[in-house]
Amino acid sequence: MCATCGCDGDGGTRVTDPAHPDRVEPGHEHAHAHDGHRHAHADGHTHVEGDGHDHSDGHTHDHSSHDHDHDHAHGDGHSHEPAHGSGTASDRQSPPGPGQHSHAVGDDRTHQEGLAVEQRGETPRTAGAAATPATETLTLEQEVLAQNDLGAARNRGWFEGRDILAVNLMSSPGSGKTTLLERTIADLAGRREMAVIEGDQETLFDADRIRATGAKVVQINTGSGCHLDADMLARGLRVLEPNAGSIVLIENVGNLVCPALFDLGEAAKVVIMSVTEGADKPLKYPHMFRAADLVVLNKVDLLPYVDFDVDRCIADARRLNPDVEVLPLSATKGDGLDAWYDWLGAHDG
Amino acid sequence: MHELAITESVVRSVEGHCGGRRVDEVTLVIGRLSGVVADSVRFCFDLCTQGTCVEGARLEIIDAPGRAHCRTCDTDVELPDLIALCPCGSADLDITSGQDLRIETVEVFTAEDAEAES
Repeated sequence: MCATCGCDGDGGTRVTDPAHPDRVEPGHEHAHAHDGHRHAHADGHTHVEGDGHDHSDGHTHDHSSHDHDHDHAHGDGHSHEPAHGSGTASDRQSPPGPGQHSHAVGDDRTHQEGLAVEQRGETPRTAGAAATPATETLTLEQEVLAQNDLGAARNRGWFEGRDILAVNLMSSPGSGKTTLLERTIADLAGRREMAVIEGDQETLFDADRIRATGAKVVQINTGSGCHLDADMLARGLRVLEPNAGSIVLIENVGNLVCPALFDLGEAAKVVIMSVTEGADKPLKYPHMFRAADLVVLNKVDLLPYVDFDVDRCIADARRLNPDVEVLPLSATKGDGLDAWYDWLGAHDG
Repeated sequence: MHELAITESVVRSVEGHCGGRRVDEVTLVIGRLSGVVADSVRFCFDLCTQGTCVEGARLEIIDAPGRAHCRTCDTDVELPDLIALCPCGSADLDITSGQDLRIETVEVFTAEDAEAES
């Protein structure tokens, strides 16, 4: 999250084709107003940006302590590159998107400021106002997620127009989503073309694993975001360019809470849980299991070693979602995979 | 965490409807079965409104209780949460209320006041 303006989601989201990891489609752009903020320089002087300050001729000052890609004018007519002054190499590890910048030492308008909850109490409208200002009520009655739902509807149309089956895979981290995808791609090779959208907060680890199978893959890194939304998926699809008639498997951010609320435009939502997580997950995360079209119960090869009541788990899932189908399988050993492929086939076309 | 994204979405929608006028109050309906925590939305609201015409506005949250129709015994029941059962023991419930997540109204300052304030 950009703490300067409070923007999130798109701001920190990056879409990466692991075949070209240097080409990152950054998040949205937005202008930051920085008029009047101060930079402290290594030589001890301070100046206010945009105030037309003067430097005595020939002096130099060090900007290496901060990093910014915006421009500021100097009254004495000299200029310097706005993208100057990178700090240490570690500052540059992840390429900042447009509009992103960081200030380090000496900036009294640091990004921490944006995290502070500002005083809301007295605003100009009440301070000293004798009469209550007139207000007008606008009746919206608008669904909060309407914007996401609109994007999801757009994605759904996009998939339908290309005869693509899109499946949204959701689970907690470590349930075996990526392993199931690797196995599915390998087993269905030659029968059905697959492409994958990987969602994680950080790293290209999963995309690299999928890329090794030969399937098309794009990594979406959500930064601080805890789920994929319809707009992120649309951006991912533009980079992925899945072929008509293929299956697009969307591996959501590992999280049993937030992804349940965000429709991506998929044809079906699949929740994957593994027997090592415990049978109590459906009742602990009811929104997720209620949203599911299918529950995959993974790692059943480990049942002899764990205390997991399969019947109770299925009963609890159906308590939330009476008609939900549950497929016990092992992505590593192969048990139950045919039923999973049959399910995919049944939802295809 | 999704409350941050939800609150941003609220602020964007409000901005889109208020035509640049300053906002005095936003009223949301958050159902008990919506999966959204009202207190988290309150926490995010100040952060998300900074630098927008919604900054400084009051946030009113109306709580919508959960209700469902039981397909087994054909009655309407209160549903305190998603894992509750009908008193008849059935889980075959059709949720009729409580999943709301809606911007109900926005109170904006009239244009003259907005000018007077600026």
